Amino acid sequence: MNLAALRSEFPLLGRDENGKRLCYVDSAATAQKPQAVLDAVRRYYVEDNANVYRGVYALAARATQDYEDARAQVAALVHAEPEEIIFTRGTTESLNLLARSYGELVLGPGTNVVTSPAEHHSNLLPWQQVALARGAELRFVELDEDGQVTPEAVGKVVDQGTRVVALAHVSNVLGTVTDIAAIAAVAHAAGAVLAVDGAQSVPHMAVDVKALDIDFLAFSGHKMCGPTGIGALYGRAELLRRMPPVYYGGEMIEEVTLTGATFKEAPWRFEGGTPNIAGAVGMGAAARFLQEVGLGEIHSREAELANMAAEGLRRIEGVTVYGPRGRRESGVVTFNIDGVHAHDVATALDADGVCVRAGHHCCQPLMRRLGAASTARASFYLYNDADDVQQLLDAVASAKEFFRRVAG
Amino acid sequence: MSLDDVYRQVVMDHYQNPRHHGHLTHPTLSVGLHNPSCGDELHLDLLLDEDGVVRDAAFEGQGCSISMAAASMFVDRVRGKKIEEARRVVASFKDLLRRREADRAILGDLEALEGVSQFPARVKCATLVMNAFEQAMDRVEAEGRDPK
Repeated sequence: MNLAALRSEFPLLGRDENGKRLCYVDSAATAQKPQAVLDAVRRYYVEDNANVYRGVYALAARATQDYEDARAQVAALVHAEPEEIIFTRGTTESLNLLARSYGELVLGPGTNVVTSPAEHHSNLLPWQQVALARGAELRFVELDEDGQVTPEAVGKVVDQGTRVVALAHVSNVLGTVTDIAAIAAVAHAAGAVLAVDGAQSVPHMAVDVKALDIDFLAFSGHKMCGPTGIGALYGRAELLRRMPPVYYGGEMIEEVTLTGATFKEAPWRFEGGTPNIAGAVGMGAAARFLQEVGLGEIHSREAELANMAAEGLRRIEGVTVYGPRGRRESGVVTFNIDGVHAHDVATALDADGVCVRAGHHCCQPLMRRLGAASTARASFYLYNDADDVQQLLDAVASAKEFFRRVAG
Repeated sequence: MSLDDVYRQVVMDHYQNPRHHGHLTHPTLSVGLHNPSCGDELHLDLLLDEDGVVRDAAFEGQGCSISMAAASMFVDRVRGKKIEEARRVVASFKDLLRRREADRAILGDLEALEGVSQFPARVKCATLVMNAFEQAMDRVEAEGRDPK
């Protein structure tokens, strides 16, 4: 599919913003939705809506089929088996579920969880809190000069007490890509499992849980062109089988008495209550859409745009660009205009139709390390083009001039 | 919407040359506020006297031009005023940002921030200092002091 045709699949991209062409470069926050996803959700509600598992009528069987088909589509995206995919509300819930369930199983005094100071709060806090509750230790990997987590650095902190190594695949602040396969080997050699925050990788590159030897992978629907309120946790089948449920209620049980209960097999035992069926259908459609476009092509295109943007921004005097000094391997570019707060930058860019994120990106420890209270972040996705890069660069240059003028 | 309406010269002047920046030696009370969505931080010191007058005030913090300029303008405005008058400044300013009829005369330089009403996401920046002030007043009341 050529880029113009691809862009036309996303209805919102054709709209103007503040009287300017919309330049949406905040896909690391959430992605725009293609017609295929919008249609799938609508079709589900118009043709198949019923509750899953319980109805004996044909309509309910279709709803159940749609939901399980979606699970298979999401599984296929990351090369997992359908039974290894738990539907959740998103990455945050996936990581909380994992920390609570697997944490209950393996964490206690004398054990530790290894993570990094560059994690999104959603991959820090669940481990921090479960470690506190269970008397386990939380250890941090030293970042290298580029803010990267290396296998060597992980090797320095894991030991026989390590039960979980929890790391982001791609940093939402710096855009750095972690060498997950090598780190999996380090974690496994120590007898630990590797839990990966895939919120910024699964939407943007081919992620194969088997080839990378990942034990757990959390990701969100809305960042991969699917609806909000749906996400997934992949877990290796033999691990999921051992894990206790976290949400007790309807649909996750086998047999219930007043004094006890037995629970369904994974993944259903983790999905108490009526799930977000339409959301799952939308996420399944998004998974198919991304595979049709091709994750390899998506990855190389957005990295190319990010490199163009980073080079262009560096050429603007008075702009600081963060992240890798060499070639960028993801679509994230974080920057500041010297002497101008990122919020003021974002407001100025907004007036030019450019949507960027500004703030601490839910990464306060890393921001402290960068010495920046807040930064602006542009993040590219499959629907962005060279015009978006140019519009961003022009807007940043004119924002810089504007603040120089008003600051007189 | 226009950037010039928000980033007026007087706003940028307060941002770059904040008035009453720093700490008081003997504040009656201090409030630290943190805006978790953007990371802005603000520390407000107040010296109140027995007649319910803000004898002195100072602020320190880090944040965008709007939050810091608003803090400078507000502190400058309420120094020497009775608490009830300071509360009227807060109420009028919030009216102004909600595009309601506001008592402009009481606002002083704060009136220059009117353009922020065009940028709903930035209203919380402009009102950060006032939220700190209101928190301080709530504490005064909770402690049973009579702020008059």
